Amino acid sequence: MNNKAHNPLFHVSRRAALPWYRAWGIRAAALLIALLACALITNLITGLNPLAVYATIWQGSFGSARRAWVLFQNIAMLLCVSLAITPAFRMRCWNLGGDGQMLIGCLATTACMILLGGKLPNWVVILCMLVSSILAGAIWAAIPAIFKAKWNTNETLFTLMMNYVATQLVAYYIIIWEVPKGAGKIGIINQSTQAGWLPQIGSYKYLLNIIVVALVCVAMYVYLNYSKHGYEIAVVGESERTARYVGIKVERVIVRTMLLSGAVCGLAGMLLVGGTEHTLTTTITSGRGFTAVMVSWLAKFNPIWMVLTSFLLVFLERGAGQIATSFGLSSSYADILTGLILFFIIGSEFFINYQINFRHAAGKED
Amino acid sequence: MSLDNKTAAVKMRNITKSFGPVLANDKVWLDIYRGEILALLGENGSGKTTLMNMLSGIYFPDEGTISIDGRDVVIRSPKDAFDLGIGMIHQHFKLVDVLTAAENIVLGLPGKLDLKAASEKIRGICSAYGFEVDPDQKIYDMSVSQKQTVEIVKVLYRGADILILDEPTAVLTPQETDKLFAVLRNMRDDGKAIVIITHKMHEVEALSDRVAILRHGQFIGDMPTKQTNAQEMTNMMVGHAVTLNIDRPEPVNPKPRIEVKGLTVRSIDGILKLEDVSFTANSGEILGIAGISGCGQKELLESIAGLQPVEAGSISYIEDDGTREELIGKDPLSIAEMGVSLSFVPEDRLGMGLVANMDLADNMMLRSFRKGHSLFTDRRTPKELAQAVVQNLEVSTPGISTPVRRLSGGNVQKVLVGREISSAPTVLLTAYAVRGLDINSSYTIYDLINKQKAEGVAIIYVGEDLDVLLELADRILVLCGGKVSGIIPGRGANKRDVGLMMTKLGGKADE
Repeated sequence: MNNKAHNPLFHVSRRAALPWYRAWGIRAAALLIALLACALITNLITGLNPLAVYATIWQGSFGSARRAWVLFQNIAMLLCVSLAITPAFRMRCWNLGGDGQMLIGCLATTACMILLGGKLPNWVVILCMLVSSILAGAIWAAIPAIFKAKWNTNETLFTLMMNYVATQLVAYYIIIWEVPKGAGKIGIINQSTQAGWLPQIGSYKYLLNIIVVALVCVAMYVYLNYSKHGYEIAVVGESERTARYVGIKVERVIVRTMLLSGAVCGLAGMLLVGGTEHTLTTTITSGRGFTAVMVSWLAKFNPIWMVLTSFLLVFLERGAGQIATSFGLSSSYADILTGLILFFIIGSEFFINYQINFRHAAGKED
Repeated sequence: MSLDNKTAAVKMRNITKSFGPVLANDKVWLDIYRGEILALLGENGSGKTTLMNMLSGIYFPDEGTISIDGRDVVIRSPKDAFDLGIGMIHQHFKLVDVLTAAENIVLGLPGKLDLKAASEKIRGICSAYGFEVDPDQKIYDMSVSQKQTVEIVKVLYRGADILILDEPTAVLTPQETDKLFAVLRNMRDDGKAIVIITHKMHEVEALSDRVAILRHGQFIGDMPTKQTNAQEMTNMMVGHAVTLNIDRPEPVNPKPRIEVKGLTVRSIDGILKLEDVSFTANSGEILGIAGISGCGQKELLESIAGLQPVEAGSISYIEDDGTREELIGKDPLSIAEMGVSLSFVPEDRLGMGLVANMDLADNMMLRSFRKGHSLFTDRRTPKELAQAVVQNLEVSTPGISTPVRRLSGGNVQKVLVGREISSAPTVLLTAYAVRGLDINSSYTIYDLINKQKAEGVAIIYVGEDLDVLLELADRILVLCGGKVSGIIPGRGANKRDVGLMMTKLGGKADE
């Protein structure tokens, strides 16, 4: 017996592809376990009834019609930026500049609203906002893209740094356009004339944004999965050598895709400023360009799944805020819960790709 | 049997390993003896490498036991394997280029770093078995065969006496192979246990004492090499009788198709890769390219395919009516737009010829997705093509929506070749078309190439197995250090002469 070495208790091996329902079963189980873990911890630390906490999280998103609209508006904005960075991500080009590209789109929109508002017919102002924000976002993405295509610079660092340039530019223009002088902020632009405000559909303030993003979502899905460009993006992302081998001009695809990425970010900025906020601050994007990275990855770069993942993240964030106010818990506590849930969801990917083989009950030795 | 009085160094019993639904090894029994060279044979995907990886601690078996010298052991990691005296030399070398041989050999070993003592020990090992290694030479200065020698010395230095070599001759010239075999025999005579994985039958016959055969993950049998022959071993591997002759029909109406003149190519680092290379490839003919690996074969094919910047020279495509088109300075897209149907089966199948993560249908699209004016891709035609390739070339795959990286090497190559010949090319470039493929798949590929030849395609075939090249090619161009060492007719060519031409310009001095 002693000369018999023991097998390890378990070993890990790679799984073959799982059928989709089993993969989603694992993900659902992860979410369930995450909720249980959160409930346990909540109960142990705060002594609150976890069900009440969950009910409050639900309330935070669906407690009233207004909250539901805010939820969907936030989902739309996050989804829009996520859709924007996804083509670049599919190309394995890590555009972390979604925030800056969106912010520069906000700046362009604001400039049009302030400088042209009231001087031109409203539809012309809105057209200018649309074109300039898309151009601004595209330029902000094109600069790192051209450098990457020509000199193979690192797009992650470059796009990240472009974010800071955008923030500083916005800070500069806020001082120039501040109302009233010395206030250090712009306030609501054209509050009386509503010049450059995107039209409202019926009495629903957020509906237009939601519809536009839904259209972008479908268009992006079709573009990535069925168009020739989408196919080129996939090939370049998987292997640049294969792309060159079949005659795809890799540099051109990189620049073109990043232009698209930046353009949609710019559009998101326009929707945010022109559609709902009607003002400009340096933090107006709320870091959506970074949250979008998670949305896109969690959905495996699939625009349709991204609706679900952006819903999940926004829902958790809104609920977290709600329990902070309702129970007087610090908002960091809400972040802890969000973190726990994400930990389980991301961790479940391990169990989808790998399986754990336990040692067979050591029958032979008996 | 005379083998009975030898001690079994390794006993593998009932070894089972599955990857998902794929059973890579199914209750395999294998004995490895000291003082013996065992050739492990089997087609691609028959589980040879998996079995050896379990012995060297890379994988862990689902079931079964391994015992070394009669003692049951558990090999959890490559370190466990080393501690038991098991060393594996992989196909891809794991060496640090900027370090010397000695530094690479002692890398990662515990204890004080004493390079002088290490060099002494290395010299000792080298003289004992007949290796030629300079411990102070940097890896980047070494030829492929020298690097392999360093890998072997590395495992010996760590005290391995059970050596596993995974396709060691794939990268060697005939002369280098002879040298390797000589040291392997020396090690065997010194009482070491040696396992060699190979596809080349003549090597099995020349070198091994015993063969063990796997098929579809199962152990089929083992026997002394002397008591069997290539035909019998092949039949056991494949499971039915196969013929081992490569056809070489006479070229029909050959006409010049590609004319290369004074081609000179430098790598990005400025190193001369090809120098003043001139030749003509004819339609309906297979032009074989022989040479030590890295002698400019890759650059030659990629220059013709429009993937390699060229310093000087010209490459003309000659149409049937005699009009010439210059290919240099054009990329693959503009070559295709000129109406030149040029197919290229590159050496790096998954990294260049195919997209590993895409399925069969999407990989079929690589060449054709631009067709038509629609913004959208045509998904139906590639699907039909994928179905046809799977059927005609007997690709074994769960379906056309399986990512190609999940297929075995032979099937990957069938998919790639199938796509490349589907466009009815006039020129077919192939680089190491059968590398890593088993006998059955290799013969399928030879047949496909011969069919293309019969249809009048000009074929440039870069090969590494000289025996095959001598049987298949109509003419053989031998490269040596980026220069043309000679162009000889394939019929009647002699392996020794070609081997000499590979290492020395022009081969024999009196030629």
